[in-house]
Amino acid sequence: MSGARPNPPSDPGALPGPLGASGTRAPARAPARAPARAPDAARPGPPLWLLAELTYRCPLHCAFCYNPVDFATHDTELDTEGWLRVLNEARALGSVQCGFSGGEPMLRDDLEILVAEAHRLGYYTNLLTSGVGLSEARADALAEAGLDHVQLSFQDSTREANDFLSHTKTFDLKNRVARIVKAREWPMVLNCVIHRLNIDYVDRIIDMALELGAEYLELANTQFYSWAEVNRDRLMPTAAQVRAAERTVERYRERHGSRIRIIFVVPDYHETRPKKCMNGWGNVFLTVTPDGTALPCHTARMLPGLDFPNVAEHSIDSIWHDSEGFSRYRGTSWMKEPCRSCPEQADDLGGCRCQAFMMSGDPAAADPVCTKSPDRAIVDEIVARAEAATPSDPVARPLVFRDPKASRRLVAERDAPAPPTPAPPTPAPRGNRAP
Amino acid sequence: MSGARDDAGDATGDGTDQVAAGGVTGGAATVGGTDRVATTGTGAGASDGVAVASADAPSAPAPIALDAVASVAKPFRLQFEEAQDSWVLLYPEGMVKLNRSAGETLARCDGERPVADVVAALEEAFAQGGLGNDVRGFLGVALAQGWVSIR
Repeated sequence: MSGARPNPPSDPGALPGPLGASGTRAPARAPARAPARAPDAARPGPPLWLLAELTYRCPLHCAFCYNPVDFATHDTELDTEGWLRVLNEARALGSVQCGFSGGEPMLRDDLEILVAEAHRLGYYTNLLTSGVGLSEARADALAEAGLDHVQLSFQDSTREANDFLSHTKTFDLKNRVARIVKAREWPMVLNCVIHRLNIDYVDRIIDMALELGAEYLELANTQFYSWAEVNRDRLMPTAAQVRAAERTVERYRERHGSRIRIIFVVPDYHETRPKKCMNGWGNVFLTVTPDGTALPCHTARMLPGLDFPNVAEHSIDSIWHDSEGFSRYRGTSWMKEPCRSCPEQADDLGGCRCQAFMMSGDPAAADPVCTKSPDRAIVDEIVARAEAATPSDPVARPLVFRDPKASRRLVAERDAPAPPTPAPPTPAPRGNRAP
Repeated sequence: MSGARDDAGDATGDGTDQVAAGGVTGGAATVGGTDRVATTGTGAGASDGVAVASADAPSAPAPIALDAVASVAKPFRLQFEEAQDSWVLLYPEGMVKLNRSAGETLARCDGERPVADVVAALEEAFAQGGLGNDVRGFLGVALAQGWVSIR
């Protein structure tokens, strides 16, 4: 396992002189010269990452999709002018990485216009796509527009979630898109969401990535939000599955480490400390949803008592610096115990606000993944259920695939009056919108 | 949920900050320098890949020769960011924030001038002599990180 942070080989910061006064080296994080603006401890740095979720429309139906479960009720989309304004305003604030995502961003026929503007403004432009719709002609247009990178997600184009590795349609598509990507000398990153039904086959996934010539493979264990939360019991791997997958990944790294870099994103329910979600609320990350709502993360809209601003009504500057939505959980001053006095608070900033809300019912609680959380038992219960079920027949309930019809049904069930029998068979987390 | 990474330079000790984010699937902070991460964030972090490789070789990489020619390597792109008042290396879904000396060095590695000329240019720009070993050492690190290619 490679959990430990390796030591860097040397120290580029050790160059004397140019750093300034009397040849002493400045601390690594200190600016080399005085910042243009007066220092203000409360003022956050720039939103370095702009994620433009251009549309919730998607030809796929992934059971782990991170788009909101109620996406079908948010079907308006910013027009081209609206997105161009977002790109300009965020860049002026210091955004430097721009991701075009969705849904499937290829479904926007103004994608090339937006990529060209982002490129002109100096962004590093990333396209996050399933590959559906990425034809030779559009790839040429995107290359012409200055697209820097394509991240190809590796989910199936069919509804047979556990059949995707052997599904020729999937492989043909990825193979075709991989050739398109390589021919334009874009760095190719494959992203594959890992879950209970495919985690035993990471060797085949890595083999496929090697065959496609990917430089990077991200094996992303499912994070349980949105559709993945609805399907959590079907998708949650056992601890033994996770350990076996990590051993497989290590074996491949030893053998093929020079050809492909494999990133293994751990499933946080199986950890004892939470992730530093978004690297801090309102710290580097700004998501703009298809309808123009600005969010500190993909799923923050689920949190109660917060109004998130829309880019049609507010400037990115005021959204980032002044809005309640982006300020509420920034830093550490919002914390309660056990986070407030925790010596590790800077390591994870209390974890994920959405996860805290989903399980504890309180978005300011510690992320229940943390073993210091009083609600850790909820996580343990979920993991125990995964352990108790047999891998081949986890639970009776079938997977719910993401599509507009299922979205409307889940919204209707969410909004319906509570059923008369309140006691769930397990300590179901509050806020769980699954039926 | 989804990925943002800001691996502070003082943690890695290499005078850089690394920031990456993105990831369609949700999850967040990933950590530069390791391939086992807490959340997605993509990490096409080409740079930290090499840091991992160096984990078993704590000794500094070999310095680059004065007659070698260096240039920023794909997929990295070097640019000066006013908002950060810094040179940064951008790569798929990530960023390495360079300190002043590292940035000014890479900015002069144009794929044409030999390292000796880069050293001379830096010494002139900063009115200071004796930078040769530092520049050569840094370029060794940059090569190990995959930031530059050498010919």
